[in-house]
Amino acid sequence: MPVDPQLQRKLIGEVARCMVGHAEELTALDQAIGDGDHGLNMKRGFEAVLAELDKTAALPMHEALKAVGMTLVMKVGGASGPLYGTLLMTLGKSFPELPTRAGVAQAFSAAVDAVKARGKSDVQMKTMLDVLVPALATLNDGGEDLYPRLRASAESAAAATVPMQAVRGRASFLGARSVGHMDPGARSSWLMVQTVADVLEREELAMKHNENRSVSR
Amino acid sequence: MTSRNPKIALSNVGIVIVSHSPDVARGAADMVRQMVGDVVPLAWCGGAPGGGLGTNVEAILAAIDQAWSEAGVAILVDLGGAETNSEMAVEMLPHERRARVVICDAPVVEGAVMAGTEASAGSTLDQVRRTAEELRAR
Repeated sequence: MPVDPQLQRKLIGEVARCMVGHAEELTALDQAIGDGDHGLNMKRGFEAVLAELDKTAALPMHEALKAVGMTLVMKVGGASGPLYGTLLMTLGKSFPELPTRAGVAQAFSAAVDAVKARGKSDVQMKTMLDVLVPALATLNDGGEDLYPRLRASAESAAAATVPMQAVRGRASFLGARSVGHMDPGARSSWLMVQTVADVLEREELAMKHNENRSVSR
Repeated sequence: MTSRNPKIALSNVGIVIVSHSPDVARGAADMVRQMVGDVVPLAWCGGAPGGGLGTNVEAILAAIDQAWSEAGVAILVDLGGAETNSEMAVEMLPHERRARVVICDAPVVEGAVMAGTEASAGSTLDQVRRTAEELRAR
């Protein structure tokens, strides 16, 4: 089954609203170790995503992901624009027409690789990759309780960036002084993973509920 | 922003300056102009979409277009996001242009002046880039 347009709208809309809603927190994190614009940049980008929601919700999922990615590239205004833009555009490029868990995991893997290439970065450098890579591993593990495990992995992975010394981005200029703060990109990636897991979990629960009702009727 | 002497400029490598700050980008461009006059296609951009410090892929694409030369375009950037957004912009160029744009690993102000001076001598894109990048290790 292709992605249901209502679900697609919820996924894009809730991720965007979450980013806009956490703009101040992201900015505060970025003020501690960067140039203090991550929240503002993400807010500008995701407000543009919200403004186009009617259009993107009507597209096939892979096209919608590419469109959202392109909006972030054009509107964010910091390195996070091309980084999150590349993540979503590559996810869209590789997204299966009939999504299965394995197919989505494969597309997400390609997307994470593209972020590594774009940022010339990898895990342990105090970036969004410190959250995205463990999320991919959790997705690849599959099995039961995927959504709670995704949320837990993203949370602990973001927390693990606190003692790291930054190797990439503006925070790396601070050297040892970047230690002791959560990376703002890791936080925004955690929020993204958490929101997607929440929406999908609610959707599955609602579907099960409806199936049970139709069985008992 | 870009004034061209059609007899010379179109054959010289173009220079694009990308800074988080429009003031820095404009100032660096002024310094290049002072050295080379109008024989080098030159464009600058700075600031996030909608204002504030940052860089903007759309503006970078427009600057590349403005400074376009058949000999190619050398881009000078200041910090991380300027580089990442410039790389993104280069990838979004039409295929035939992509191979003729380079991002120099050099300080933005000094690199732009050196690159502009080299370009004004009719040097190739590769020579322009190498001259700018000689500044790197100093």
